[in-house]
Parts: sequence; structure tokens; C-alpha cells
Amino acid sequence: MTTRKLTCIGCPMGCQLEVGIDGDQVVSVSGHTCPRGEAYARKEVTNPTRIVTSTVRVYGSKSGAVTVSCKTRSDIPKSSIFDCIKDITGLAVPAPVHIGDVVKANVAGTGVDMVATKEVL
Amino acid sequence: MYDIVIIGAGVTGCAVARYLSRYQASVCVVEKEEDVCCGTSKANSAIVHGGFDAAHGTLMAKMNVMGNLMFPALAEELDFEFQPNGSLVVCMNQEDMPKLQALYENGVKNGVKGLEIIDQARLREMEPNISPDAVAALWAPTGGIVCPFGLTIALAENAYTNGVEFRFNTEVKALTPREDGWIIQTNHGAIDAKCVVNAAGLYADVFHNQVSQKKIHITPRRGDYCLLDRTTGGFVKHTIFQLPGKLGKGVLVSPTVHGNTIVGPTAIDIEDKDGINTTAAGLNELIEKAGTTVSGLPIRQVITSFAGLRAHEAAHEFIIGEVPEAPGFFDCAGIESPGLSSAPAIGLTVADMLRDKLGLAENPNYDGKRKGILDPKKLSKEELTALIREEPAYGRIICRCESVSEGEILDAIRRPLGAKSLDGVKRRTRAGMGRCQSGFCSPRTMEILARELHVDQSEITKMGGNSKLIVGTVKERL
Amino acid sequence: MKHYDIVIIGGGPAGLAAAAAAYDAGVTDVLILERDKELGGILNQCIHNGFGLHTFKEELTGPEYASRYIAKVEERKIPYMLNTMVMDITSEKVITAMNREDGIIEIEAGAIVLAMGCRERSRGALNIPGYRPAGIYSAGTAQRLVNMEGYMPGRQVVILGSGDIGLIMARRMTLEGAKVKVVAELMPFSGGLKRNIVQCLDDFGIPLKLSHTVVDIQGKERVEGVTIAQVDNRGKPIPGTEEHYECDTLLLSCGLIPENELSRGMGVALNPITNGPAVNESLETSIPGVFAAGNVLHVHDLVDFVSEEAAAAGRAAAAYVSAGCVDAEHKEIPVTFEGGPRYTVPGTIDPAFVGDSLTVRFRVGGVMKNQYVNVYLDGERVIHRKRPIMAPGEMEEVKLTRAMLDAHPELSSICIKVEEA
Repeated sequence: MTTRKLTCIGCPMGCQLEVGIDGDQVVSVSGHTCPRGEAYARKEVTNPTRIVTSTVRVYGSKSGAVTVSCKTRSDIPKSSIFDCIKDITGLAVPAPVHIGDVVKANVAGTGVDMVATKEVL
Repeated sequence: MYDIVIIGAGVTGCAVARYLSRYQASVCVVEKEEDVCCGTSKANSAIVHGGFDAAHGTLMAKMNVMGNLMFPALAEELDFEFQPNGSLVVCMNQEDMPKLQALYENGVKNGVKGLEIIDQARLREMEPNISPDAVAALWAPTGGIVCPFGLTIALAENAYTNGVEFRFNTEVKALTPREDGWIIQTNHGAIDAKCVVNAAGLYADVFHNQVSQKKIHITPRRGDYCLLDRTTGGFVKHTIFQLPGKLGKGVLVSPTVHGNTIVGPTAIDIEDKDGINTTAAGLNELIEKAGTTVSGLPIRQVITSFAGLRAHEAAHEFIIGEVPEAPGFFDCAGIESPGLSSAPAIGLTVADMLRDKLGLAENPNYDGKRKGILDPKKLSKEELTALIREEPAYGRIICRCESVSEGEILDAIRRPLGAKSLDGVKRRTRAGMGRCQSGFCSPRTMEILARELHVDQSEITKMGGNSKLIVGTVKERL
Repeated sequence: MKHYDIVIIGGGPAGLAAAAAAYDAGVTDVLILERDKELGGILNQCIHNGFGLHTFKEELTGPEYASRYIAKVEERKIPYMLNTMVMDITSEKVITAMNREDGIIEIEAGAIVLAMGCRERSRGALNIPGYRPAGIYSAGTAQRLVNMEGYMPGRQVVILGSGDIGLIMARRMTLEGAKVKVVAELMPFSGGLKRNIVQCLDDFGIPLKLSHTVVDIQGKERVEGVTIAQVDNRGKPIPGTEEHYECDTLLLSCGLIPENELSRGMGVALNPITNGPAVNESLETSIPGVFAAGNVLHVHDLVDFVSEEAAAAGRAAAAYVSAGCVDAEHKEIPVTFEGGPRYTVPGTIDPAFVGDSLTVRFRVGGVMKNQYVNVYLDGERVIHRKRPIMAPGEMEEVKLTRAMLDAHPELSSICIKVEEA
């Protein structure tokens, strides 16, 4: 059995959590003061995920914008963060771009699309 | 071959250049930095001293008083910010009264007009925030404050439009005599000149010592300063000095021509001629000392601190004139305080020496007038509306803190010897000099500079050389 | 001179919410003045997620959050002027603004909502010694360069200050190819959200050094390194604890200051703690008919609360206009505080002007654990709420209800106390 230490992000308390892991099973969580802490700990050690935000180049914008901000439409595995960024490196999309437009489908093979988060005309 | 090469585009070099441009001569100013006003001239107290302080009989005293008298007319001619706000030297205890009296007498001997010793009551009336411990003060109504960038840039621009050449990023490496003059070796090749003016500031000893057996030694004397927010404007109306001690003039508290309050300088002798870093000890000393002459100094309103280096020569005297064993080599060395106040006088004096040396004739095309960057804040609403209609860039504010428009920034870049860097724009327009210290405006100013200079934004520097503000684009080094 | 019933100074999150709320309260003659080229304010450069959890129950990025409120303004056809800088406002509510197209514009307003936001504390204000080379940026300036313009301000980065913008920029710079070496924080705790410490620093192995500050900046042209040192409990560097970091960039995230140059110019009384206007329950400043909301009033952590506060200011401005723009007789019962809070917004309350409820926001001066927030009306405790933890980086709030106020018709004292029980 191994243990992992985490800081809970649920509130400013920042409880120091200790998670006991056996194989891929969470066997114990301690240090939390509320149920949210335990849930966070279980997720964070078994399947940590993040939303990734970045920008891609945009060309032909009437407003003169040179970038458009984007995000993964939903969480992707934490281990794929840099792969997502690498996958949109060099990417340039034509204006206009609308919020929710896919700028890169299935980014880094995560099954999640990278979508625009800003209106660029 | 030039008639005259001036080493250094600080206030002294630019003053010499400007007064030389009254004559028919080929003149070139060489400057190692990318712009004028990059050394001692840019970081000092910004004071036009009355001239009571320098010991009677010295060149310092003579140049100070003469320079002081030249300021009002020069500010008019060259359109730079100058205010004859008057200065007060505050005496903090009864035992020091003889020193104050001696200062008064020295000033009278120097020919300073209007000096008066005033009592506590009058002092308090003039400066309500003066320390209750102050017992008396020397009142010098001819003291003033000036924008040192404004002065130096005005002198340089006027010299330039009257035919003086400027070479920037040009560092003088060595001076060798030739038959009828000098060979000036620089990082961009050799330049020949009949005469050389050594206005190299902190480096003036280096060049002097190359041509003279009578060695001089210039020590960089660092002065730390704090500049307070414009909301402190009016905290003092006059320049408040402490009675001078052994190291310089102590810490002064003064309004600036732009309505800030300046506090400084310390006086710390160092080795490094580029050592313009502030230190915690220096700033702490400053804050401690500044509270002596005034009470309730709003020191928490500091918006920036900086350090400048005075070119202190061992003999504490200006060294001005032709070096006897090096004909055609003219020193302007050891120009420490009151160097800024003396600059016009030094410029005039040295220009006249060169006129006599080379037999220069008057320049019939000389125009001593120069118009500064248009300040829309000084226009009426009707005038400003008309201006914006003609040039819409004046309607776009770039620097929020100091209300500087794109029009002013464009003027700063496009005018003779225009700005090439963020600091160049700042010194000419005040964009970035306010309370946010360029947080908001620097990306916008960089954009304008890039567009006007036809370079990529990543080429824009803070102050030339390797001071690039951007190192590349996102994601290029993953 | 043009006239508008309500003029909103600033088209960021506060201004947008105030405009929409004023409109919905029945005053439709509203104008927004915005100095930038688009609405949305600072949210446009905050491309990270985490906005809107309270308001929309979903996690939006800054531009997405802004777009929701921009849409509200567009739907209501509320006019706005972009690239327009307000130069001056008189105490008679005459606004002088300027732009490229119209030159000088003078506008008379029935009511004004101040929504100018805040700015970052600069290196100068922090009095950090050392050289002044290129490569020293406030975190927000770096954020603009990276997120809006696609430029890297540096590659080897040290960050001073663990406010949220600093933490966010640590991650942004890392993702875009820079190496963030350390984040130093003067205080013994971070002013940033725990979530940001974990997801912006821990995720990338960036160390956070609490009770540390920058004591020297090296490099004459471009930053070449910084020295950080541990500080004692008075914030003074401890000799002998200096550590040198080679870097080309120093980012500063050391606090935000409300931008009240216009407010000060028109004579609005400011609160020395918040650096924002002193306001009553209607978020009305010392000048009748002039309201303030958002970061210009006091610096917020969450944009959701900015929007909520600004909507209240918008409604109050509308009420002022609907009542004929006359200065109603206002009682000013001060909100006093003990045991932790450093200030409250609002600072005074007249129960007659409170609707169903009134949110009073405050911040505490230090980290406090297992305390109670108690509110006393004329000495009677009406709110008693346990707070496992409070920190200066997290704004606190209490909600006074109509019923509580009605129970004290002769109310003369309102006190918020942080107590052990």
C-alpha cells in the first residue's frame, strides 16, 4: 500500500489529505473535515482531470485580434495537459470565430474538443 | 573630418552642442547609449540651484549662478518645463545657525539675488508641513525645478535642427592625437575631429587620463531617490534642503514640475560606473532622513524609486576647458551637482572657447527656438476638439495615469532625434511615469513603436541594447 | 450637452451588470463609457476557467463570462461608447470624455455608476531595491502580452506575490513554454485560492515560498536574476537567508488598488482601508446620485460577487433617477466591526432604503480559524454563523434581512464581530 498527500481545493481551509492506495483502489482517506474533501481525494488519486485553457492564432480578424482563447470542452486527464498544448501549437484559425466553435477536434486524442471561448470577428 | 566631436549626450554635451550650433562648424555628438539623457542627466534631483551653496570663487559657484540666471529665458526659447519655485535650506537647531549664516554670506558673495534668512514663523507660513523642530531657513527665491529630460532633449533637438549630428550606440574606445586634431576610435570605426569635447560624465576621467598626465579620478556617488504620487502634489511648494553636511546636500524634499514629490538623494560612493541599482539600505536611509525637515511626509505614496550616479571628482570642482598638453581636447569633467543648474552656462562657455580656438563664424541659419511636444492638457476644449478632428490620435489615451495620448507618443517618435524605446517615449511624454508605472500602457506603447519604426514588436526595447521586452512568441519552446 | 439618466463609467463586469440591472429596474436611458476597444474589461485577458460558479452554476472562462453580460447589454440595446476615455467628472455629474471620432464629449448624467475597476501595485510602490532593467512586469501586463498578443515576456520566471493573478500566470507561462522557478510570498499565507495553488503550482512542481520577498534585482539591461530572502514576522528580510535565482523575468502579483482618480477628482470621499469610495447601503457615495460597484469600490476575489454588487448599484441608481434625482434624506447608521474585519461595504446603512435583504461584505486582516461571525443590531445578536476558516484573501459576507431590520425600528447601531462563540 502507498500513501499520497494532497491539498484539498474545496475551500480556503486547504486540508492536508492523506490517501491510502492499494493498486488502483483507494483504501483510506484521512485529514479531510468534510465529505467534499474525501470525494476530491478519491478523484484526484484515481482519475485526476483538468480543463486546459490556452490560445490559438487567428487570422483575418476585422477587430485586429491576433489570438482567440480556447479551452477543452470538458476535463481531460491531467497527464495530457502538455499534449493538448503541443497539439494546438502552430494552429491558426480564420476569423470569424464564435464561442463554442471547435478549433481542434479530439485534441491530443483525448476525445475532447478544444473550443473557442471568445467571439472574434 | 569634423570640427568638433562631443563625447556624451547628457545635459552637458547637449548644452555644448546647442550653443555650438550658433556657429558654422561641423559638430558630431557621440553617445554610447541609444538616446540622449541616459546617464547622470536622467536620474537626479531635477533642481535648478540658486547658487548659494558652491564655495565662493569656484568655477562651480560661477557656473551655477550664471546657469541659474539663464534658465527662465532658455525654458521659454526651448519650451521645456521649468518653475522658479524657490528653495529653502532648513536649519534644524539653534547651534547650526552660524552655518546657515555662512551659507547666506557665501550666496551673497556668489551674487545670488534675493537671499534672506527667515524665522520659524515665516517658514511655517510658507511651508505648513515643515517640521516643528525647524528654527529658521535660508530662502532663495531664484531656486527652481526643471524636467531634466525635457531640458536635455530640448537642447539636443535644437542642436540637431541647427545642424549638429548625433551618433547613438557609439562608444568611444580610445583617443589618439593626429597632426591637426584627434582620432576618436569607436565601436563603429574611427572619427576624426579637430577638437574633442569630453562630456562623458562618469567616464570623463577615462578620456581625460588618456590625453593628460595630470590625472583625475571620478567616483560614482550614488544617490537613491523616491518619487511620490501626484496626489502628494502641494505637500511642499518649495524645494526643501537640509543644511548641507559632509556628503552632499543631505536629503531634499521637493515638488517636481509635473506635480509629484521627490525625496532624495543619498550619497554613497561606489566603484561601478553603471551601478544604478538601489539598495534596501539606501532606501531605508532615505526614508529615515526625509522625515527630518518635514512632518507627515506621505512616503507610502511612493510610485517608484531609482538611483542616479553623480560624477564626483576628487577635488570637488568642475574641470572645464582645454587641457594644456592636449591641444584641441576640452574637458567638461567632474560635473556633479550643481551640474544640471550649470549646464546652460557650461554649454555657452565651452562653445565660446571652441569658437575662439577654431575661429568659428556665426551660423546665419541658426534658430534658437524649439517647440516641445504639444501637450493637449494645456489646450482649451475647443482647441483640443479641433486638434482631434485634424489628428484623431490625440483623442486616444494610451497612458491613463498621466493622460498621455497616442498623438503625443507619435510626436515623440517622429520628431528630430525621436524616441526609439519605451524609456525614450517615457522621458519625452511621461507615458508610463505615473502611478501604475507603465503596467497598462507599455504593451500599447510597444505596439505604436513597432508600427512607427517598422519593426516587429519583439524588437522593441526598454532602453536599447539588450533590454528587449519580449523574448518570443507563445508555444515556440515547448 | 447630451443627457443620459444613468451613465456607467466602465464596461467591465461591474459596468455591464449595473447597466442591465438599471435597465431592468425601469430606467432605460443608460450609457456605458468604456476606454478599451471592447466590452468585458479585464475578463477578456483572463482566459482561464473558474468564473461564474455562483451565478451560472458552471465553470466559464473570463471571456465567456463577459459574453453573458455583454449579451444582456446588447439584448436591451443599451448604448455604449468604446475607446472612450473619461477625463473628468464634476460633482454636478457632468462627464467629460474623449475619443478619436468625437473629440471632446460632454455628457450630463442624472446618476452615475463608477465601475472603473482596479490596477496592480507596481514594483515602485513595493520599493523593491535593485536595478530597473527590462523584464519586470506586473502579472496582469504579462497576462495581456501572453493571452491577447501571443508574446512571451520571458522564459525563466520568478513570481513575487501569490495572489490569484500571479498563480494563474505561473501556469500560463509554464504551459506556453516558460520555466517558472519559484513563487515568493511576503505573507505567511497565500492570498490566492487553494484551488489555484494546487492546479497552477503543485500540478507543475512550482515551489511556493511563504514569508519570502525579493530583496535584489540584478541585470542592467534585461533581468538576469533576483535574490529572495525570508522575512521575519514584521516583513523585514532576515540576513543570511538570501537565495539567488537566475531568471530573465520577475512577475509581480502583489495586490490590487481601486482606480479612483476620477472619483477623487469629483470629490467623492474615499475609505482609507479599501481605497474605494465610502458608500451607504445603496452603494451611493458621498455625492448623491453617484454610485460605485466592483473593484473600484473594493477589490473582489470572485467576479460573481462583482456582478451581484454592481446589479445592486444599478438598481439603486435607477431608484434615484425614478425618484426624480433628488437627494433623499438618508440616515447614516455606521456599520462598526470588532475582532477581525478590516472594513465593511457598505459603511453606513439606512434601513429605509434596504429591500428584501442587504449583503454586507468585509475582509479580515489575518487567517482566523474556528470563529463565529456575529452581527448585532442595537446589541441584539441577529446573525451567528460559524466560520471554520477566514483569510484575508477571501471576502466574507453577511446578509441582513428585511425582517431583522424591521424588528429594530429605532436602530442606531450595527456591529459585526468575529468572536470565539
